[in-house]
Amino acid sequence: MILTTRGLTKAYAGVKANTDVDFDLPAGQTRAIIGPNGAGKSTFVGMICGRIPATRGTVTFDGQDVTALPAHKRIERGMAYTFQITSVFPGLPVRENVALAARRRLGRNKAAVQDKTDEVLSRLNISERADQMAGDLSYGHQRILEIGMGLAQEPRLFILDEPTQGLAESEVEEFNTLIKTLDAETTILLIEHNMNVVMEVAEYITVLDQGMVLANGTPQEIRANAAVQEAYLGSGHA
Amino acid sequence: MSDTHKSHGLHFGLIGLLALAYFVLPAYHSGNLASVMVIAIYAMGYNLLFGYTGLLSLGHALFFSAGLYGLGLMMHLADWTPLPAFAAGLIAALVVSAVIGFLILRTTGVAFMIVTLMFAQAGYLTILYFGKYTRGDEGFALQQASRQIAGYDLSDPGVRYLCALVLFSVTLLGLAYIIRAPFGRTLVAIRENEERARMLGYNVTAIKLKAVILSGVVSGASGATYALLFGYAGATFATVQYSIFPLLWVLVGGAGTTVGPFVGALFMFYLIDYASGKTEAYLLVVGVTLVLVTLFLPHGIAGTIRTRFLRWLP
Repeated sequence: MILTTRGLTKAYAGVKANTDVDFDLPAGQTRAIIGPNGAGKSTFVGMICGRIPATRGTVTFDGQDVTALPAHKRIERGMAYTFQITSVFPGLPVRENVALAARRRLGRNKAAVQDKTDEVLSRLNISERADQMAGDLSYGHQRILEIGMGLAQEPRLFILDEPTQGLAESEVEEFNTLIKTLDAETTILLIEHNMNVVMEVAEYITVLDQGMVLANGTPQEIRANAAVQEAYLGSGHA
Repeated sequence: MSDTHKSHGLHFGLIGLLALAYFVLPAYHSGNLASVMVIAIYAMGYNLLFGYTGLLSLGHALFFSAGLYGLGLMMHLADWTPLPAFAAGLIAALVVSAVIGFLILRTTGVAFMIVTLMFAQAGYLTILYFGKYTRGDEGFALQQASRQIAGYDLSDPGVRYLCALVLFSVTLLGLAYIIRAPFGRTLVAIRENEERARMLGYNVTAIKLKAVILSGVVSGASGATYALLFGYAGATFATVQYSIFPLLWVLVGGAGTTVGPFVGALFMFYLIDYASGKTEAYLLVVGVTLVLVTLFLPHGIAGTIRTRFLRWLP
């Protein structure tokens, strides 16, 4: 298991966003977390990457207990995170955005940073926009750029919080293709609302409801799960 | 020509121009220019934190006066020679900025501004409290006889100008290098989006502390240079006014540009010089000019040149 949580709980002034979440993610898997609004999905991944301190419970990453580590140390150990609301460096060129992500790991090795940056830009088909300011990109391209910043870190666990939110139909297609090619390289943990994306890219699904794990299973199992249909998909959903 | 070459050209060109200016300008103006170069060092130190890291301090007079008194007191009370005293000034600024930085970085935004202001006021009051040694607002003069390095008299206009130019150049080139280096790029990343920088795995707090210390030491170097070259240290330099000055110089010249601090300091120096010669209400003239600059050049002089014409400007 690359990632394990036990009893992970977050309470805001007594109101529980997550309650005793036990979660196991094997290395190499593409996992989707789904659930209705307010199910505690973002809080849960926030506790995994360290943005949100857990009220109690443990997070184990790659065999090490990282519960007490601040976010930047967890990232250093091989997590990458993209925000639910796109978060890039708007006043810096696209190339520098990616380079900043690569440089943290590759340090002062200029050539390696440059190579990694070029590789990511061309992989995401945004090379011709490399010198534009990130803030001038369209919304869809900013999302792709943020994914690129994740890739440049060569993470062992890549956490994406609703990456296809606000993307056009064609951009969602491209995203699906990209995730499938990443499948072999890294472990992916994806919060996603778009069920077409989930069914197409996820190997395994965890359903959260009211801050707790409602079900785990393959896309087929989740599709057939009556409790999930009740809570989330709606009984009318095929 | 690459952007790196262009910015080297700009920096060395400016230094060359300043060197030439000494021989071309009348004594009055070259004397002014020596002052401007010294205060521009202060502005560059401030710019590192404000313009590049995005932290607005209202208490930099504390770092400036740490350098000023670090050198001044050692020369005045302990009869140290200029070079060791200068080192004492730098160390004083280093210690003060490390301690203050550790404390103030627990706050952000408006709280950060207020806390820096408070610490600087506390520093000013401390200088007054130890008036027996510091002579408070009245200050003390450093004897001309003690302000000598290897037989060169630092009160001589030529030596003073050269000294100011050397320190100005070292600071300008040093900071320009740092800003292009990975460390400087990270500062800009923090300015642009701190949370994103943190979630790329950067230890944002540690990096900001380094920025506060570097900014404090450069500001302190300016203070020490000022005391050394102009032979005076006084508590006035620790007042809130001297915390606001570098902010204004940097805003007018262009925050986050390498030459902006010098441009702003030069502009403000001559604006005050000119206006105070014309009217007693010179601060009104200065105020109106600042309003106009802010309205029409929101990125400052060098910043606007960068936005409109020269995208490569460092």
